[in-house]
Amino acid sequence: MATVEKDSVSGQNTTGHEWDGIKELNTPLPKWWVYVFWATVVWAVGYWFMYPAWPLLNGYTQGSLGYSSRGELSNELEAQKKARSAWLSKIEASDASAIEKDKDLLRYAMAGGKIAFNENCAPCHGSGGVGVAGAYPTLADDEWLWGGTLADIEQTIKYGVRNTNKDTRTSEMPKFGVDGTLKPEQIAAVSDYVVSLASKAPAKGSAGETVYAENCAVCHGEDGSGQAALGAPALNNQIWLFVKGSKDGIAAQVNNPKHGAMPAWAERLDASTIKMLAVYVHNLGGGK
Amino acid sequence: MSINTEATPYCEDVIKKFTLAAVFWGVVGFLAGDFIAWQLAFPVLNLDLEWTSFGRLRPVHTSAVIFAFGGNVLFSTSLYIVQRTSRASLFGGNGLGNFIFFNFQALIVVAALTYVLGFSQGQEYAEPEWWIDLWLTVIWVAYLIAFAGTIMKRKEPHIYVANWFFFAMILTIAMLHLGNNIAVPVSFMKSYNVFGGVQNAMTQWWYGHNAVGFFLTAGFLGIMYYFVPKRAERPVYSYRLSIVHFWALIFLYIWAGPHHLHYTALPDWAQTLGMTFSVMLWMPSWGGMINGLMTLSGAWDKLRTDPVMRFLVSSVAFYGMSTFEGPMMSIKAVNSLSHYTDWGIGHVHSGALGWVAFVSFGALYFLVPKLWGRKELYSLKLVGVHFWIATIGIVLYITAMWISGIMQGLMWRAYDNLGFLQYSFIETVEAMRPYYIIRAIGGLLFVAGSLVMVYNIIKTIKGDVADEAYASAASGAR
Repeated sequence: MATVEKDSVSGQNTTGHEWDGIKELNTPLPKWWVYVFWATVVWAVGYWFMYPAWPLLNGYTQGSLGYSSRGELSNELEAQKKARSAWLSKIEASDASAIEKDKDLLRYAMAGGKIAFNENCAPCHGSGGVGVAGAYPTLADDEWLWGGTLADIEQTIKYGVRNTNKDTRTSEMPKFGVDGTLKPEQIAAVSDYVVSLASKAPAKGSAGETVYAENCAVCHGEDGSGQAALGAPALNNQIWLFVKGSKDGIAAQVNNPKHGAMPAWAERLDASTIKMLAVYVHNLGGGK
Repeated sequence: MSINTEATPYCEDVIKKFTLAAVFWGVVGFLAGDFIAWQLAFPVLNLDLEWTSFGRLRPVHTSAVIFAFGGNVLFSTSLYIVQRTSRASLFGGNGLGNFIFFNFQALIVVAALTYVLGFSQGQEYAEPEWWIDLWLTVIWVAYLIAFAGTIMKRKEPHIYVANWFFFAMILTIAMLHLGNNIAVPVSFMKSYNVFGGVQNAMTQWWYGHNAVGFFLTAGFLGIMYYFVPKRAERPVYSYRLSIVHFWALIFLYIWAGPHHLHYTALPDWAQTLGMTFSVMLWMPSWGGMINGLMTLSGAWDKLRTDPVMRFLVSSVAFYGMSTFEGPMMSIKAVNSLSHYTDWGIGHVHSGALGWVAFVSFGALYFLVPKLWGRKELYSLKLVGVHFWIATIGIVLYITAMWISGIMQGLMWRAYDNLGFLQYSFIETVEAMRPYYIIRAIGGLLFVAGSLVMVYNIIKTIKGDVADEAYASAASGAR
């Protein structure tokens, strides 16, 4: 047990304790440390008087400022809404085609549509609607699954594709192979025919043509031009979503088809935002 | 005094094991962290496998660094310190020590495996399922018995300040662990927490914040309070400050959790309390910094000659910086910008790398020669190399995260002149990418530094001496 001694460097006394050679000085608390500590305490107590702070048996102390974070949020939303109202009221009052015809409204809708698109649509369809090969359709070209007019696009955005909304767009290509409707050699033949159809040189008189006419033409059209009302894609061009244009890819799709799906955005976004989105997508490059 | 110390046979076999385990898990945890940092910059590194995806490897990283590295450092140092400062051998001896050691290492491996295989409670920093929690409870109680038992049979009249901090850590972590993990098991690998919704969130952050407060702050302050005066060979600056800041820290820290839940469904009054107690926590935290730094008065020249001292002192400086940044970020106005951004990650790592890891490195460099009976480390020069590589790594890491975090927060709230959001989420991610790369490079430097340490420690244990002249000069100064 060591005794109290004076430290030559600091001039302070030790406490007289010692552990494994470690001693302690009896230096008083630094003044600035004590003052700053009390300052934070005073600040905290002041804050408690002004803001909701302490729980009580029923409720809590409200504070003198009448603050609530929910109130703060609605004030901010209100202010933002007010700032936008000059334009937004016009968007609300017009339908999508009227917006497209008014140069100023169009510019506004394109700006609003762009950010809404990037937040909500780009995760699947890509920035600028470039799409993802094999998964999500391109929106920047003039090839449309469910129609490319402004009204078609607005309808698709609102109700989506193959979801649980009662107004959803929906259709299902039969599983020709899995269900046994077509034999493997028929599938091979019709796949050959679709390849020829896509290169604008349909193999007239082939076995595949017969299979096509009997099974596929009713939705995809005699000439393979597709049918937007059923979401049946055109087969007479080189734009593909799931099959990459190869015979094997087409055969796989005929055998056991893949289908895309999309949410009904009317369940998540307000009508004005959907109008602006429709206008934006319609003007990405391929709107009809 | 020296006669008494010699006379007490200390249990050091198990301390050696904990020390080696700390070094091993440190490297594993740092590597895992840097790998997931690269994953954020280059998602292809997820390898398209569920087991190697970011979501599963991230808890492997956090658990490895906090509990495996930090935990083994705490076991090693606290059980070393409590024996020396109590002049008593470990209660339960090497038997109890080994029980803690082997169970804890096995638990780490099992927990990491369950994460990778996709099992998780979904409680951050408390991911292990219910039976692993129970297992950890047994280990922790054994630790409490070993630690408290050693204190009980001490030959010193007073309990040293380092041991107060360790004791506070052991008791509070026990309470937090039990409180946050009350769950109803529905099968061997699945359980449901009894709290739901915002009550679950509050319990989680009461646990999460105080895991930082009591595991990574109080525990490592215990380490600081022994190794800084020991290495500096100076008395602790102020006994009074150590008492006041200890009790203030313990009392105030436990309230601060709600600052993780600002602007959420948590009631406003709880948010206010979380924020105000966090701000009042600033000076109590700094009490430890003052005591750490001021203990060096009269020994500042050691910063030039002793790279181990450099680790210890820099750790205290980083501690001071993070414990200022923390209260600042808890203020709601600041938090509305910083929350959910990379700023939070930067803040955590200035504390974790700068404070926790640096004070641990200092302690490990001190302990290894002592435990293996060497005069000094294999090479103090390599300690200097480690120090500078790691420091540059930390600076790259935290500045990259400050910039990317503040930028991210500002981009989220930016409106264009028509009143629309200016940036979409993905644009903020694109903007952050360069900083993700800088952060990952910083992490790589930190990992490289730790490998230098591994080499140095292996050589020291073997008994090699690299730069005799330097080593003897440094130890001569002591």
